[in-house]
Amino acid sequence: MTTVPTAIVRKIGQSPGRRAWLRFRSNRLGYWSLIIFTVLFVLSLLAEVLSNEKPLLARYEGRWYFPIVQTLPETTFGGDFPTPTDYLDPFIRAQLAKGDNFALYPPNPYSYNTINYFTRSPNPAPPSSQNWLGTDDRGRDVLARLLYGFRLSVLFAIVVTLVTTGFGILYGSIQGYFAGWTDIGMERFSEVWGSMPTLYMLIILSALFSPQLWLLILLLSIFGWLGTAAYVRAEFLKNRGLDYVRAARALGQSHWTIIRRHVLPNSLTPVITLLPFDMVAAIGALTSLDFLGLGVPPDTPSLGELLSQGKNNLDAWWISLSTFMVLVVTLLLLVLIGDALRDALDPRKALSEVES
Amino acid sequence: MSLLEVRDLSVSFGPREVVSRVSFSLDAGEKLALVGESGSGKTVSAFSLIRLIESARVSGSVRFDDKDVLTLPPAQLRSLRGSDIAVVFQEPMTALNPVLTVGAQIAEALQLHEGLSAGAAQAKAIEALSRVGLPEPGRRAASYPHQLSGGQRQRAMIAMALACGPKLLIADEPTTALDVTTRYQILDLLEDLRRTTGMAILLITHDLNLVRRFADRVAVMERGQLVEQGATTTILDAPQHPYTRKLVNSRPERAVDRPGEGTVVDARSVSVTYPTRLPGIRGWFVKGRFTAVRDVSFRLAPGETLGVIGESGSGKTTLAMAMLDLVRAEGDIRIDGRAWKGLSRPDVRALRRRVQVVFQDPLSSLSPRMTVEDIVGEGLRVHEPSLDREARRQRIIQALADVGLSENGQIEPLLERYPHEFSGGQRQRIAIARALVIRPEVVVLDEPTSALDVTIQKQVLRLLAELQRKYRLAYLLVTHDIDVVRAMAHRVIVMKDSAVVEAGDVDSIVSQPQSPYTRALIEAGAGLA
Repeated sequence: MTTVPTAIVRKIGQSPGRRAWLRFRSNRLGYWSLIIFTVLFVLSLLAEVLSNEKPLLARYEGRWYFPIVQTLPETTFGGDFPTPTDYLDPFIRAQLAKGDNFALYPPNPYSYNTINYFTRSPNPAPPSSQNWLGTDDRGRDVLARLLYGFRLSVLFAIVVTLVTTGFGILYGSIQGYFAGWTDIGMERFSEVWGSMPTLYMLIILSALFSPQLWLLILLLSIFGWLGTAAYVRAEFLKNRGLDYVRAARALGQSHWTIIRRHVLPNSLTPVITLLPFDMVAAIGALTSLDFLGLGVPPDTPSLGELLSQGKNNLDAWWISLSTFMVLVVTLLLLVLIGDALRDALDPRKALSEVES
Repeated sequence: MSLLEVRDLSVSFGPREVVSRVSFSLDAGEKLALVGESGSGKTVSAFSLIRLIESARVSGSVRFDDKDVLTLPPAQLRSLRGSDIAVVFQEPMTALNPVLTVGAQIAEALQLHEGLSAGAAQAKAIEALSRVGLPEPGRRAASYPHQLSGGQRQRAMIAMALACGPKLLIADEPTTALDVTTRYQILDLLEDLRRTTGMAILLITHDLNLVRRFADRVAVMERGQLVEQGATTTILDAPQHPYTRKLVNSRPERAVDRPGEGTVVDARSVSVTYPTRLPGIRGWFVKGRFTAVRDVSFRLAPGETLGVIGESGSGKTTLAMAMLDLVRAEGDIRIDGRAWKGLSRPDVRALRRRVQVVFQDPLSSLSPRMTVEDIVGEGLRVHEPSLDREARRQRIIQALADVGLSENGQIEPLLERYPHEFSGGQRQRIAIARALVIRPEVVVLDEPTSALDVTIQKQVLRLLAELQRKYRLAYLLVTHDIDVVRAMAHRVIVMKDSAVVEAGDVDSIVSQPQSPYTRALIEAGAGLA
């Protein structure tokens, strides 16, 4: 008698997870944000192919080379020294363009640490046909650094989010399921842990150890699980008293199975909702640490390091503006995905649909 | 000229029409009951009269006091709400603001609608509280909602609704959240107030006992349609529409066998206590004890049903949980001669197989993220791990067949579904199947029908009686509903304030209750008080 949007038509045997996905898809802003974010991320995973100073493929005097995976001395292409080839050198370029020779360069012929010694203007150079988004103060291509930096930030955020979420779920579920003294003890511990000044700890620890990405992941993870654990604990405390858990206990089911089969699947809603926001927080943390110079090692492509260059070279507007845009777009996409997820998992919306 | 004239009222949410072309009228001082099961659209219709549901599209015409409510500008609508038309909600705890005193909330309405000064409004609020029969109205006005009992809160809600002298009171299930013994006091109060103020009352309810006792006229709704209306006695004694007939005949019938011989459950002086915090410094060192169940003994034979009745807070559910060993109890509970206490883990597990449970609310007792097959099959995984997938599936299908759950005569297509795809009655059948699939001897029924509509209630009770006959099950039936006890129980224990006040055969308890408490419970349930 009535028409229902196709996305909400109930099919037989639809699991709650599937229905949440359908609701998520019906939120166009969030759904498209997810698609755009995924495309950007996949592109950045292919950064070596898209932005590299080495040609993907070259033919020189009848022989085929794959410079992108091979280290070739300059003598290969008629140079004088047995040093690794600088493919940006006009001489090498000329050699590779002679006669039958040919080289297939990536769309952006710079890697994140390629220094363009042949730029026409002094560093930092403004955007030009050579460097589409200009160079930084050491002559490295900004676009290449942004691409690699974006990839690093997202990968970093994914790892940190997975580690903190995993540990938070473990901690929170033990705490919430067993409640009582277990809960009190573990809660006191997490309060003490949470009251440590995270930023100072990071500064102290990064001064003690040489800066490394894995160290940063570890540091952010050991302070990042508290939020997830608190949510999971609250959900467990709520769900453990529900009748289906009591029914499972009356059946004689073991604690571990009750946690895994009954309570956990029904307690993950806030965790899943939080995932994109956790990633936002991790990207923000990495960027700010890099900005302060406490983050990744100097040569690593990083958005925070670019921002700090932008601050030091205010007249080189292309550095700060483009980095800022990348950060804004990344974080905005993640927040929009998070909003859509929250709506899709909202129990009240789920309820109104059940009634219909 | 009627006070309220509703013509062709339709309400829809998005594409879904939940009320279609409902017409009725109400005279000043008249009591109309709007009756129907949950989801019939009775509450939505009533709230649409004052456009209280924001997301709804409302069409038709509602004339109140010669004003067209549906086209009234917002300012006038607001002055109509609360002053000329007042609402009493089902759950007074959530309808009252917990951080304001009761007096302040009533005074707020008076200041808003009558423009009284703060002092005058406060005085009038106290007067309103005394009018609804609250003792010590001055002190009550300064109380917060949580300091009042359920019945007192509902009185305070009514005082609030009546403070501005409305011409129409909409009472949405005003007694459902209350204990049976206070229900009729609230109805009597409404009747008294109607007599003195001359207001009209629109009572929304699913309880025909209330209707028979209270209303002048009754309108019956089914799936958004008004199927029948007329004088209360005419409708209830000679219902015309099949749905009304079904509602009127929904009182459960007794269809149980004699109990068998022997004893499956033997409980002796069972007590359950909880530690509580004592107030003040003393509470730091000494823990108080709250006794939820005090010294209860009973026996249960195969095929026998023991009804446990009492008001909420009387300890009846705690007793049931103690029998399942889900709360720690003192005393001795033996099932087939084996006590819970001192058993090793595998033995406890083996004993659990003999005692199963069906809870009140089938929505919260089934995990929303598991399929029917997983839910029903869980007990088999625990207690008969040797079954392979196919054998387990056969047992699940057998259990679902036992509880009469099928779709077009087929059971298998149901196995892959999730609880949300079933109605309340079907969910309760799934919960029963989960309990029965491991073939227990005793089943604890914790208010098994109170979350269900009356017509479904009758079916579920009939099913339970059938299963009892088939498998010689012993039931421990916990309920507040005297009709359910009358239909199902062989023996009854009546609990009040954690202890048993009366025990005996169901016939003698129902026909000749000894204690005044039991009498009040029974009279309230029967609608005769």
